[in-house]
Amino acid sequence: MAHAPQDPLTAALPMPMAKPRFEPGFLTPYAFIIPALLVMLGGLLYPVFMALYLSFYDWQIGLPLEDADFIGMTNFARMFTDPQVWEVLWVTLRFGFWTITIEMTLGVALALLLEKPIRGASVFRTIFILPLMVSPVVVGLIWRYLFDARIGWINYYLGAWFGIDPQVWLGDAQLAFFAIVLTDIWQWTPFIFIIVIAGLQALPSEVVEASTIDGANWWQQIFLVKLPMIKSILVIALLMRLIDVFRGMEVMLIMTGGGPGRSTELLSLHIYNRAFNTQQLGYASAISVLLIVIVFAISTAILTMANPMKNKSDV
Amino acid sequence: MTGVVLRNVSKSYGAATVIPNLSLSITEGEFVVFVGPSGCGKSTTLRMIAGLEKVSGGNIEIAGKDVTWARPKERDIAMVFQSYALYPHMNVGDNMSFALRLAGTPKDEIARRVQVAADMLELTPYLTRKPRDLSGGQRQRVAMGRSIVRDAYCFLFDEPLSNLDAKLRSSMRTELALLHKKLDRTMVYVTHDQIEAMTMADRIVIMKDGLIQQVGSPKQVYNTPVNTFVATFMGSPSMTLLPGELTDEGGTIKVRGAGFNLPLPDRLRARAAASPTRAITLGMRPEHFAAEARTPDFAAVDLTVRVAEYVGSSQYLAADLGGQAITAAVEVGPESDLLGDGRYYFDTSRLYLFDRKTELAL
Repeated sequence: MAHAPQDPLTAALPMPMAKPRFEPGFLTPYAFIIPALLVMLGGLLYPVFMALYLSFYDWQIGLPLEDADFIGMTNFARMFTDPQVWEVLWVTLRFGFWTITIEMTLGVALALLLEKPIRGASVFRTIFILPLMVSPVVVGLIWRYLFDARIGWINYYLGAWFGIDPQVWLGDAQLAFFAIVLTDIWQWTPFIFIIVIAGLQALPSEVVEASTIDGANWWQQIFLVKLPMIKSILVIALLMRLIDVFRGMEVMLIMTGGGPGRSTELLSLHIYNRAFNTQQLGYASAISVLLIVIVFAISTAILTMANPMKNKSDV
Repeated sequence: MTGVVLRNVSKSYGAATVIPNLSLSITEGEFVVFVGPSGCGKSTTLRMIAGLEKVSGGNIEIAGKDVTWARPKERDIAMVFQSYALYPHMNVGDNMSFALRLAGTPKDEIARRVQVAADMLELTPYLTRKPRDLSGGQRQRVAMGRSIVRDAYCFLFDEPLSNLDAKLRSSMRTELALLHKKLDRTMVYVTHDQIEAMTMADRIVIMKDGLIQQVGSPKQVYNTPVNTFVATFMGSPSMTLLPGELTDEGGTIKVRGAGFNLPLPDRLRARAAASPTRAITLGMRPEHFAAEARTPDFAAVDLTVRVAEYVGSSQYLAADLGGQAITAAVEVGPESDLLGDGRYYFDTSRLYLFDRKTELAL
């Protein structure tokens, strides 16, 4: 190493080292991130990988994991020819179609109606979002008793006000499906409402005023200006509801248990039943892999089509 | 009566009165600029003309029609907003044609009008772009274009240039003035920038606390401000106001105060003599100071210069005159060194006198 002439004052000091590869303290930021990352990995990725892993095994709950038999793609092959899986998938799609269509329409309509600071609107807004704060299990219980054939309010008032004979709501395939759709609408319309009203209130008022000056009437303002401007918000709300449809099962578990038959058995409830009632954990895992793929595919499709990030309003 | 007429218009929000009583006639084809500090009610007035804000009293006429309770689209107006208010999800062409499409104008007519406006504003290459892909100046022009295609009777502008940088603002001022010439439409323009008012207006309306202080051509409001508010608001740098007394020195009325004792110009002598009070406020515009006496009207004043600012061929002096802060803008040529303490000259033919109590011009 070539020595530069040394200043007598610093000669006694050790030679300066080559610039260290890492600045001191370079670990500090990671130290703050790592705990969160670990939780993410543990809580999020581990179950996903475990499901993927188990989907290749025949494993019954209660037996040690080591005794599970590796059966390759057998679970998947079985799944694609299993009429039950297709049945619950169809139920799930129908459920998703009706709930999301009605919730989006209703939520957006209410948000548009209550957007203006009318007297009492804020009170109504608060009351309206209460269903969101109720745990799904409690929602299931409430509506199970409301729909109860003998002691339920719904039968009582239908009889008292309209003279309609008592219905066995949760014992009839079509009525039960109607009941879970209604319950879902009750709980989740407020979610759409809140998101949309926040979006509407964040719209720059001058743009809306400009459309008034340009001669847009109330409807034109909504469909040509306001809704297009909150498109990204609508897409995200739609996406979250879609994912929830494939994920949620507590309400049906409590209200109908998926019955009668499989008329209200959503995909996730079916997975639950497979895993913990018939104890076929490997097969249940394979179906949940299907669920992940479906949700992923739908989300990607929607995000690609709508590209909400690119559509941010930046006027 | 054509044009835009406001009769005893008032506006209150609950108990708070923003505009107590405002009357004004704007002639057809006139470019009128409302100017005043923020909160003076100028934007509210514009929004009432537009129909975005309901009046609490009085009435508004546009083109001879009472539109007090008419909806904005029934008023034959176009408006340009401070934030431009473009529709972010529409391209430039669609932004400009939106109103026409709503009105059901035939397609080829829409295309023609959009093309004319786009050519006028040099927006043709950008017609298919979204607003987010445009610069601030281009967005501003789209907003203008959107109002031009309407071919409305009256154009309203709500501080349309305040979001632009200084250079762009001055070039847009020129474009706007040209536009007014070309379109020959009634234009009502709101700004807090007195330069915009001075450069573009046929008439300026100066407002404060919901009240019109003065209405007049730029020349009138600059040369004969009715009160100290108008005097200090119009002109840049601002007029300096100093307390003074009217004195009679052997038959000549003079205005005297700390550091000055100035003769009055002809136009003020009679009025000063008739003034009920001796206690007045002297107004001196910075640009009426000079380094040398150019005419016999120039009177010597001794200034202690605190800061001299070089602005090219002039220098702005923040100075003391008899212990009171004044501003002077002295033309000394661009080669001059920064000015210092010393004797300067003030053009007494240009001085202003105000009643100290009522703040009204003598």
